[in-house]
Amino acid sequence: MIIKNRKICIIDFGIGNLRSLKNCIDNLDFNVQIINKPKNLKKYNKIILPGVGSFKDAMNLIKLLGWDHEILENVLIKKKEILGICLGMQILLSKGHEFGITNGLNLISGEVYNLKTLGCNKLIPHIGWNEINIKKNDILFKNIPNYSSFYFVNSYACKLKNKSQELSFTNHDINFSSAIKNQNIYGTQFHPEKSSKAGRQLLYNFINA
Amino acid sequence: MLKKRIIPTMLWNGFTLVKGQNFINKRKAGSPVATIQIYNSRDVDEIFFFDISKIEHQNVDQEFIKSITDCVSVPITIGGGIKSIRHMDDLFKSGADKICLNSAIYSNPILITDSAKKFGSQAITISIDVKKISGEYICFKNNGKLNTGKKILPWIRECLDRGAGEILINSIDHDGLMCGYDYELIKLTTEHANVPVVASGGAGNYDDFYKAHLNGASAFAAASIFHFTNYTPAGAKEYLKKKKVDIRNNFVLEKK
Repeated sequence: MIIKNRKICIIDFGIGNLRSLKNCIDNLDFNVQIINKPKNLKKYNKIILPGVGSFKDAMNLIKLLGWDHEILENVLIKKKEILGICLGMQILLSKGHEFGITNGLNLISGEVYNLKTLGCNKLIPHIGWNEINIKKNDILFKNIPNYSSFYFVNSYACKLKNKSQELSFTNHDINFSSAIKNQNIYGTQFHPEKSSKAGRQLLYNFINA
Repeated sequence: MLKKRIIPTMLWNGFTLVKGQNFINKRKAGSPVATIQIYNSRDVDEIFFFDISKIEHQNVDQEFIKSITDCVSVPITIGGGIKSIRHMDDLFKSGADKICLNSAIYSNPILITDSAKKFGSQAITISIDVKKISGEYICFKNNGKLNTGKKILPWIRECLDRGAGEILINSIDHDGLMCGYDYELIKLTTEHANVPVVASGGAGNYDDFYKAHLNGASAFAAASIFHFTNYTPAGAKEYLKKKKVDIRNNFVLEKK
């Protein structure tokens, strides 16, 4: 049975294009709202945190606009599910090393480094379709076969403190975390909204998680 | 491993999709929304959408671009007539994932630098239209009409130094003839570019994609072969897979 009473929101803190994400969820037949006021976060029970650009710019905006407190309140205390996508996943971590060191939301312990710092000698940014190696059977991957391809655009990657929070990894000269989870907190380094049918299924799974 | 990509190219003349030969003699190729919906449902890896109308754009027709990007659930690269950061900004806001620069950057190469700084190299594809003249590859602009006098290698170097994230190399001589890509051109480009190179111009059968792969291309753009023949992107993937090229399998729902 499809559960349609999900109240889903996409956080808009002023960077990036949220249209394709909204379209993708609309096409799954769920109601989704793009919200730009932190105080509205409490009306929703599924939160999607997208992001493009730099860790530092994103965190500055998140703090400036007051998203950080609302996100922590809704995710840590009210235990609502959140899905960080791409940079949105990276800022879930403790610290980012992009243009200096910036503190993240610290919802998952770990730090974000340039792929090169992590030992990657291949072309950066890592851009294009790449496959995921599923480490843990999670609801996020329901009906998604192992080694499915997703669309990535990243120069940085997450290094988790606790490796058991890694749901899948992807190889680009080195292995990096492509999907992570800590209880009600999810993150994907790839863009499900750009990943055709596989991405659509993943968003569907998150919404039904 | 990053997957090799199959990319249908769509040329929009302001009224309909078209496809020509050697950049001229354009033939109609269908309505943009319907065509893109079909490619999207067939799970292609990416879509190139180029506006080749000669309309001087003061403003991007955002509603039109949105009608295109709304039907796509794979990355879409938009190009044609882009002259300013504001223009690019409008395209990104209308759903473009990458933008493609060409004619304007010959007289204003700083546009590459500025765009790479603002949007990131990964979002900037440089399209280079090339004709072979007395054994030399020369860059052309304005839909292949104007000889820029620039030789290909120094131009590639400059684009890369300024932050280009991808090179789309287009052979005007092979365009639309379905006689195979210009492999010498592809090889030359891939040997001198440390970013992904997209082969374009001349694909006529699946083996042409394979040959472009052997010459180092990261992605294969094609128009005529998909518009006008029975060859399909899915067929191309099957063929390349048999040849052990690392391509993305089309997604099949796993029932657990």
